[in-house]
Amino acid sequence: MKILVAISNVPDTTTKIQFTDGDTKFNSQGVTFVINPYDEWYALVRALELKEANLAEKVTLIHVGLVDSEATIRKGLSLGADDAVRINAEGPDAFFVAEQIANYAKANSYELVLVGKETINYNGSSVGAIVAGLMDLPFISLATKLELAGTKATIEHDVDGGVQIVECDLPLVISCAKGMAEQRIPNMRGIMAARTKPLTVIEGSGSSALTSVKSYALNPGRTTCKMITEDNLDELVSLLHTEAKVI
Amino acid sequence: MSVLVYTEVSKGRVKKSSLECVNYAANIAKQMGTSVTAIVNNAEAAHIEELGKAGANKILTVKNEKINSDSVLITAMIEQAAKAEGSKVVIFAFDVTGKAAAPRLSAKLKAGLVAGAIDLPVINGNTFEVKKNVFSGKANATYVIHSDIKIISLLPNSFPVQLSGGAATTSDLTIDLPASRIIVKETRSNSSGGMIPLPEAELVVSAGRGLKGPENWKIVEDLANSLGATTACSRPVADMHWRPHHEHVGQTGVAIRPNLYIAIGISGAIQHLAGVNGSKTIVVINNDKEAPFFKSADYGIVGDAFSILPKLTEAVKKFKAHQN
Repeated sequence: MKILVAISNVPDTTTKIQFTDGDTKFNSQGVTFVINPYDEWYALVRALELKEANLAEKVTLIHVGLVDSEATIRKGLSLGADDAVRINAEGPDAFFVAEQIANYAKANSYELVLVGKETINYNGSSVGAIVAGLMDLPFISLATKLELAGTKATIEHDVDGGVQIVECDLPLVISCAKGMAEQRIPNMRGIMAARTKPLTVIEGSGSSALTSVKSYALNPGRTTCKMITEDNLDELVSLLHTEAKVI
Repeated sequence: MSVLVYTEVSKGRVKKSSLECVNYAANIAKQMGTSVTAIVNNAEAAHIEELGKAGANKILTVKNEKINSDSVLITAMIEQAAKAEGSKVVIFAFDVTGKAAAPRLSAKLKAGLVAGAIDLPVINGNTFEVKKNVFSGKANATYVIHSDIKIISLLPNSFPVQLSGGAATTSDLTIDLPASRIIVKETRSNSSGGMIPLPEAELVVSAGRGLKGPENWKIVEDLANSLGATTACSRPVADMHWRPHHEHVGQTGVAIRPNLYIAIGISGAIQHLAGVNGSKTIVVINNDKEAPFFKSADYGIVGDAFSILPKLTEAVKKFKAHQN
């Protein structure tokens, strides 16, 4: 049983977001890129744990992006993934990215596809469900636990207003959330090994984009915080009513 | 050609996010000169009436207990409804179901999706321009949907619900569903203590490590009760099991955008802000005047939560009594 883990290359959480080219592009100058945290901490680490428990033979990383994301892919390999595939294309939207992943997973008979619950740059929570739709597979979202017994997966996941435990036979697509696994730090042996692990590059193909970004804008931050003293709480309540109009 | 909107009944009522979606669909339908069709599973007469008041002209009803636990079935149902209605626009809430079903429908119909819209679309001929938040709320992007069929999932709490009257016709939808491969073994509801669930709550009182221990939460709950607010917490508090996991708001927990977010004893790490920065008004209470959260707040109080909270609760009660 082989596991395919989709990873996205995203600006580090603390990045100061700026745009360029007339606000039509993200300005990546001087920005540190990392593996999308949900893809790394939850999807990838759980896949590695399953392999270490001899429940999977192989863990492959897949990434849709250009050559500048290879450092991020190598980081994933240094954590313990066996090999990686980079689909050489700048994904214009989630559908395009998902289509590349679905095509590769289908052609290479991956039985489990893991993704993070969302990326921290586009926050669409869409790629996993589109992959499942294109592959005609079940999709389980927001998984917080995943156990395998042969080809049967038992998953605990967040549902509307609660938690549900479900069973489903592979093949399957799962989006992973906090709880699945704990973050790992690559060790020196992993980093050395990652340098020579196979990283295959395949040209992107498929549909034209269904959506595109026309422009970006920063959301206005809060400019002033009105300070209120502890002995003046009636004033706060009154401001929340008359000024903020929220109570 | 009607605008199709997926709606849900949960815990005996139409979800607020569903009513927001019907309002949103009604606005789009008006711009396009067409009507709104809502699809709902396991609804009763009162729910149907409410969907009509929110702006649905026609309601497709389904009775099926199994659909809700498998996005494959939900998507198949909506796909068949969209075909029957000839819908070119399908609206979902950007909630647990919408995040699983809307992208799947996008795959099935080759329809462009904007996931987490924060504004009404601008319609230019056969393209829609829709705004959504990106970079965890730090920015927004205007997307263009190029495909013939368009799917939008609406970020909850982006618009107030308006119920302006109007009655819808209803029709039973006969659907042909595939067999589900998912077997549900157990479902546990979050114990909300009668509070509005966090993603739908308009008022939220949230506390962090500054409260020093789970035994001190009564003053937080008292303030929440006085406001009719839902309680939430920061990540360390959930990780230490002081509060249940489902109360954790922030980037790795639930992202919320209530009208009022009161943060008590939470320093305001960037990962926490990413989950709450869409709140309309933020009040920060912290004993450290250098806490970064004050930079992202509308109102701030520097001081000891243990002495401030009971006084604030009294002030709210006094205000409420005066209102009545």
